[in-house]
Amino acid sequence: MKLSVKLFAVARQRVGRDQIDVELPEAATVRELRGAIAEQFPPLADVLAHVRFAVNNDYAAESTALVPGCEVALIPPVSGG
Amino acid sequence: MIQLTNHPIDPGAVLDQVASHDAGAVLLFLGTTRELTNGRRTVSLDYECYPAMAEKKLTELEAEARTRWPLTGCHVVHRLGHLELGEASIAIAVSSPHRVAAFAAGQWLIDTIKQVVPIWKQENWADGTSEWVHPGMTKP
Repeated sequence: MKLSVKLFAVARQRVGRDQIDVELPEAATVRELRGAIAEQFPPLADVLAHVRFAVNNDYAAESTALVPGCEVALIPPVSGG
Repeated sequence: MIQLTNHPIDPGAVLDQVASHDAGAVLLFLGTTRELTNGRRTVSLDYECYPAMAEKKLTELEAEARTRWPLTGCHVVHRLGHLELGEASIAIAVSSPHRVAAFAAGQWLIDTIKQVVPIWKQENWADGTSEWVHPGMTKP
């Protein structure tokens, strides 16, 4: 399946756009998404160890299964406030 | 209530949101743009967020603060976009019957917002360079 992932801050800057489409096996987990992004988007490889993923606006565990149509975002360490 | 805004924060308007005759304490926290960080000079900041999730997380944190402490009012405003030195990036106002709860809730809210709400700042340094701030992330 193809999954869109929203990008912010340094991740958006690295890739030059605010969203990427990642090719994934069906029912892939967040952990597999991490690996797929590292392979398909080399400019993001070295930030992946530090980021969390959000699925449908909540932080997701590595074991969370991704389904077509879910809203996924790559969340670098936050610095609001 | 929570609010994300591209406009300057009016602290008086934020305080008005938590006014209550049941309150014996009103606390206002403002986070402001600082000029020096580890000796480097900042000229301005830019904030961006993941709007849907930032609103959701702020709303959850307000609800949790109201569960943990007996608050009569709680209002959080976060600024987005371009900020000059001295401008407020965040305002947190809480009111409660007694001061201990207001101080505790205000401290907890700013500490927790800084950990979980998907908002990011970019430092625009005096030397003309800019960088996104990501605590704990090693620089390339």
